[in-house]
Amino acid sequence: MDRRATFDNLWLAGALVAPQILLVIVFFYWPTMQALYWAFSTQPPFGGTNQWVGWQNFQQIFADAVYWNSVRVSIIFAALSTALSIGMALLLALMIDRQLAGHKAYRFVYFWPYAIAAPAVGLAFRFIFAPDAGFVSAINQLAPNLWNPALKGWDAMILIVIANSWKMMAYNFIFFLAALQSIPRGLIEAAAMDGSGVLRRARDIQIPLLAPTLFFLLVINITESFVDSFGIIDITTGGGPARATDLMVFKIYSDGFKGLDYSMAAAQSIVLMLLVIGLTFVQFRYVEKRVHYA
Amino acid sequence: MADIAIRNVEKSYGKTAVLHGINLEIADGEFLVILGPSGCGKSTLLRMIAGLEGITRGEIAIAGRVVNTLEPRERGCAMVFQNYALYPHMTVAENIGYALKVAGLPKAERERRVAEIARIVGLEAFLARRPSELSGGQRQRVAMGRAMIREPKVFLFDEPLSNLDAKLRVQMRLEIRRLHQRLQATSVFVTHDQIEAMSLADRIVVMNQGRIEQAGPPRLLYAEPATRFVASFLGAPAMNLLPATIVAKDRARMADGTEIALDPGRFVVEIGQAVEIGIRPEDVMIVWPGSEGAHALEVEFTEDMGSSRLIHTRLGGMEFTVLQPAAQIEAEGHLPITIPEDAIHLFDRHSGKRLERHIPVIGTAASAAA
Repeated sequence: MDRRATFDNLWLAGALVAPQILLVIVFFYWPTMQALYWAFSTQPPFGGTNQWVGWQNFQQIFADAVYWNSVRVSIIFAALSTALSIGMALLLALMIDRQLAGHKAYRFVYFWPYAIAAPAVGLAFRFIFAPDAGFVSAINQLAPNLWNPALKGWDAMILIVIANSWKMMAYNFIFFLAALQSIPRGLIEAAAMDGSGVLRRARDIQIPLLAPTLFFLLVINITESFVDSFGIIDITTGGGPARATDLMVFKIYSDGFKGLDYSMAAAQSIVLMLLVIGLTFVQFRYVEKRVHYA
Repeated sequence: MADIAIRNVEKSYGKTAVLHGINLEIADGEFLVILGPSGCGKSTLLRMIAGLEGITRGEIAIAGRVVNTLEPRERGCAMVFQNYALYPHMTVAENIGYALKVAGLPKAERERRVAEIARIVGLEAFLARRPSELSGGQRQRVAMGRAMIREPKVFLFDEPLSNLDAKLRVQMRLEIRRLHQRLQATSVFVTHDQIEAMSLADRIVVMNQGRIEQAGPPRLLYAEPATRFVASFLGAPAMNLLPATIVAKDRARMADGTEIALDPGRFVVEIGQAVEIGIRPEDVMIVWPGSEGAHALEVEFTEDMGSSRLIHTRLGGMEFTVLQPAAQIEAEGHLPITIPEDAIHLFDRHSGKRLERHIPVIGTAASAAA
């Protein structure tokens, strides 16, 4: 059956799709083209004439050690926060799925963090992890300066990883729980009859059947941690100390809006865009093949 | 030895009680079928034996050990589920061998036993396939194999044949019976299909609304149903049940005045008692027109069932079916019949209980197990 509607009147068809096309052009293609243009030119910070410079902007960022540092910390951040948020979400979803006492209340509460804006999350964690006043300052009582994200790069990294995972965990949790609940109860019961305990059932039956969900969340989480971590970093660490949390997306912001170097920021965002596209492509191409869709 | 004792078992979900004081002894090696309509609590009872449902009150003992608080894996039962519940991401061999893998058996030993079971259930050629690549009957065999490989003391079957087509169902029924003869393990089989129950069971338990209506060998339940419910549930085509009132020691009268003769020695009845008269379609005798005591039934239509014919008629204004061998001449217009007095089952209309001086016993569970 041909589901497509055909319009004899091309003008009418064009008029009907025009608003949608216009929206996409104004809010997506136009800024992208603008960024592309900026990436291949030098933009004076206070307006005026610009100059076409070809690949020079890209050559400059790729030759910059500070840029490679931001790539490195971005990858570390993406790997750690994806692992932590997916791992925690899976654990919580498996426990809620067992329908122990109070599971309905927890199911509700676990989703809330995702509804909180990133800067608010950042603010909360900045307070919790403040070395002199937060809850975590208790460990500094044991050994002075054991924890200080304002001075130690790794502490700062741990802080933003935890804050970001806390937020993403809520999102992942809902997907895992929905997927777990779509696994027929009979399979779990059959495994129980086969002598399999709770942990063994999770490992042998539930997690393998979650593979499609796991793959989807992997793509989403990696992408999110590359492009959507700005709010948390800006409030908690500001990219420091000593650029230890200067992720690519944060560097784009600080180079562009604080350094007023639009051309370099544009070139970096093009690189980030290509990186995310490339990562997603690689995941679909190679990881998805190993996912068994039952 | 793995006998099962169910003592005063009750089950409630919140305030809704689904099982009311079930008492049942299942002998070692017995094939017991729990038969009942959907929602009667039969699957719940089976799942309580398996350990998949909690026991609200009472206790269940397997081989003399109370299992109320034991995990399913500690009870030594294997179960075949209605929808098979095969692990979709594992091959047939992995499905069958999963219990052994969990038990930590060495790989060589596992493979040997999986191959042996596959041979018994006829799946040798399919060991590398996944469940989604199998037919319904093959999936059923995998489920059976998975239950068998643990060499359990007790087999539990939860309507395992209801997803199969009619022909396959008959075939699998035979295979389950054969399997039981070979393994001699205590088996509890839940079904709503009375033919399955009749053909498989050493003993049938008929359940209705969370209570046991009657328990006994298939023949006894068929010949002497203890309640109106059992009478109507067992037998195909179903028993004719005619509401009537006792007007004399040897006669009952239906609403339209039709009278049916009763054997005065068999039943304990009072004049004026509301009863239901049960007659199985195959017990009705077709006689020559004008015979003494004959009822002339108005034939509505006839169903040809191959080896026999089912004639739908009316008696005293009520639907009434007569089963006759196909060889007999076709009935048209009016069919003269008599109802043999010893073929009549009489039930109290209010309590549904069988009205008889004594219920003859054809062999109880106790004598079968002895």
